[in-house]
Amino acid sequence: MTAEVTPGAPAGPEEHVQAPALEMRGITKRYPRVVANDGIDLTVRPGEIHALLGENGAGKSTLMNILYGLARPDEGEILLDGQRVEIAGPADAIARGINMVHQHFMLVPVLTVAENILLGEETMANPVFLDRAEARRRIVELGKRFGFEVDPDAKVGSLSVGWQQRVEILKALYRDARILVLDEPTAVLTPQETDEIFSVLRRLADAGHSIVFISHKLYEVLEIADRITVIRRGKVVGERTPAETSEDDLAELMVGREVQLTVDRGESHPADVVLRVEGLEVKDDRGNKAVSGVDLEVRAGEILGVAGVAGNGQDELVEAIVGLRRPVGGRITLGERDVTGHSPRDLHQAGVGYVPADRHRFGLVLSFPCSDNLVLTDYYQAPYARFGMRDDGAIRAAAERRIAEYDCRTPSADARASILSGGNQQKLVVAREFSRHLRLLVLDQPTRGLDVGSIEFIHHQAIARRDAGVAILLVSAELDEVLELSDRIAVMYRGRIVALRDGRTADKNEIGLLMATGGEDRAADTAGGAA
Amino acid sequence: MNDIAGRGIALVRRVWSLVALPLISILLGLLVGAVVILVSQVIQPTKPFDPTLPITGYIGLFRGAFGTFEGQVDTLVFATPLVLGGLSVALAFKAGLFNIGAHGQFLVGALASVAIGVTFNTSPAIVAIPMALGAGMLAGAAWGFIPGFLKAVSGAHEVVTTIMLNYIALTVVAAMVSGPLDQPGSPSPITDDVGTAALPIIIGRSGHLGILIAGVVVLLVAWLLYRTTRGFEIRTVGANPDAARYAGMRPRYILVLTMSLAGLLAGMSGATVVLGVTHLMTASFGSTVGFDSIAVALLGRSNPFGVVFAALLFGAMRAGAPQLQLQAGIPTEIVDVLQATILLFLVASPYIRRALRLRGVKEPVAETDTISKTYGSETVG
Repeated sequence: MTAEVTPGAPAGPEEHVQAPALEMRGITKRYPRVVANDGIDLTVRPGEIHALLGENGAGKSTLMNILYGLARPDEGEILLDGQRVEIAGPADAIARGINMVHQHFMLVPVLTVAENILLGEETMANPVFLDRAEARRRIVELGKRFGFEVDPDAKVGSLSVGWQQRVEILKALYRDARILVLDEPTAVLTPQETDEIFSVLRRLADAGHSIVFISHKLYEVLEIADRITVIRRGKVVGERTPAETSEDDLAELMVGREVQLTVDRGESHPADVVLRVEGLEVKDDRGNKAVSGVDLEVRAGEILGVAGVAGNGQDELVEAIVGLRRPVGGRITLGERDVTGHSPRDLHQAGVGYVPADRHRFGLVLSFPCSDNLVLTDYYQAPYARFGMRDDGAIRAAAERRIAEYDCRTPSADARASILSGGNQQKLVVAREFSRHLRLLVLDQPTRGLDVGSIEFIHHQAIARRDAGVAILLVSAELDEVLELSDRIAVMYRGRIVALRDGRTADKNEIGLLMATGGEDRAADTAGGAA
Repeated sequence: MNDIAGRGIALVRRVWSLVALPLISILLGLLVGAVVILVSQVIQPTKPFDPTLPITGYIGLFRGAFGTFEGQVDTLVFATPLVLGGLSVALAFKAGLFNIGAHGQFLVGALASVAIGVTFNTSPAIVAIPMALGAGMLAGAAWGFIPGFLKAVSGAHEVVTTIMLNYIALTVVAAMVSGPLDQPGSPSPITDDVGTAALPIIIGRSGHLGILIAGVVVLLVAWLLYRTTRGFEIRTVGANPDAARYAGMRPRYILVLTMSLAGLLAGMSGATVVLGVTHLMTASFGSTVGFDSIAVALLGRSNPFGVVFAALLFGAMRAGAPQLQLQAGIPTEIVDVLQATILLFLVASPYIRRALRLRGVKEPVAETDTISKTYGSETVG
């Protein structure tokens, strides 16, 4: 820990015009069965926002883990300001001014902002006592400089996701980060919050910090980055500036083939109402009302998209509809049948398919083979079982058929689901839920964390089901996904549906604003209702 | 040709990945045992120091367990309750439950078998045996049902409740044997003989019917777990209770059922001991079977057939221990040392795996996860 400490004053760009802030040369990392990084070169200049673009499994994380000292390269070297360095571990990386803001925040919710920022830093100045006053002063000062003033005494748990992220960035700045790595920073933010964080990043870059921005959202990368490095299967396949490229170009580089970015969907032909939710009230795990009086209808042959910032009751709404959570009030009707509080089994049998948001928690048993996962919801009935006994032959045959049909990349039907990539795991869930006789399909964040290719596939499958007359309820925190697929859009805010818009004419900014504020007129009465 | 060879290699790899850690644990356990034997010679030098004593001892142990026909039968007799107890713990592990209560279930099973056995000890064996055996199984099942039910309704952790139930079982045994079941006129608390309810000897001097029963139960449990939908539900609840709920299963029901079945198996284990070996009970009737069963389940990776191998190993150690003492003058307690160290190495398998750089070997015994993770984390929603 011998890094020179010049609080909050990273080297300005004018002092380091020549040497790049960070240079990774010929980085190669081999794992038993794959070459995760194959001779990757990455150069980040001082004061530059450099986007690292690639599909899941392309090698972005490996490269950043090497930079952060979590993995050691088999070949290649890392240079900081033109000096060759060996990074021994995260502590060493931090001491050298490299900081990482992870996708999942590493914050302790019950501690204050200042305490979180000091975490891991306790022994730096004084081995015994924390100098909180000094810490507080520096936090306020840093916040002021970069335009995000946060109360150092606020409990982190009480902050919004967007602000928590800023605390993470503050934490890095507090440690004199000169190179800041952000792993998919916008995945959890609303469009407005994204804009705000972008202006923060811009300001940091202007002050001479170098930023590595990991993402697979193409338009964002084009918006924020100074330069873009695209990697595919462990190799750099292109370097671009936003001026000389386009979303289509980047997508093709990333995937290695031409990709249809927007789904080509025809008119919808909504028929009878399949799902009707009336006055639904649901409590969350802590007993607070998470859904307070939701009404909605989904018709056969249409996709109703529910947009909303994560944590506004969407999870509870979906869980109530699929039978995983008992509502405390209201009615859910499927066709003509009242299914309020019915079991998941009942609903499966009534033709409800469900792709859960958290495939590891709900959708799959990772330690089971793909074949068992492909019949996880139908295992008890013919042809997979008779008289309580499993028919392994039938299970296998169905599994192999679905694996082929959904182009799921797995060594075999017997391979454990855990060894598959995220996209292929999701294909297991989709294959299972889509192959049933369906009346209603509930898709909760169906493409979260997936790469462009898998997203394209799942979106096409969803449209195909819609055109076959299935009613689809799509819930997603990705506004783009909702806009792209939905025939109608409902905006959910604090447990209520605050707006309904037509999917083809909806305005992204308006929806984004509704997601963030619930709308002017409604804000008052929801606040009153929640109090 | 190539294909067959390839498949052969794949099979060997798979078997190795499964048995590597248990085997290494056994070897390390024997190694530590050898050190203990050597060191105890130094501490108490009754004879000249003999560096080959551990080897002489282990050979004696092996000969005692497998060298003679009666030794082999003894091994089977000792292994029988361990097979059933091991299955009990293994089945619970499969559902993500840690049945420390096998001991208590074993005791109440033994007690109920004796109580019914003594009552019917003059009836024809064809009536008396099923009655006594059934009573033991039912009592064990009831003793397993209680923690399962408590967990389902209130979330009470089975580790806590089964430990408490172990103590209750111990006291109940003492109370019953010194009270209602006490043989009138006996100097110390002891029950009557179970008479015709005793399991018939089918092999050698001591090989009772329980050996055969345990073998059949192994097949039944394997069939339940891997061939039935109920078994699939048990395994799913154990592997991922949230996914089980999502899939329309009822985790609460499954866990009550599994704990009851686990209790039934442990109760059966107790029944085979009293009906097959001791034929009566004393107030201090104790046995380490209940706890050894945990080690057996772990060593057998909670696989019904793995449990058989582990139980045979532990049974062999018990059967061979007298020879170990006779031939090498090593106290039989060394067997406890061996079993305990094997268990320790098993639980530490993640570290062993790392230390020996065993790539491709199956993840640290999955069941140790159940032990370390279930406690305090509520898995059933």
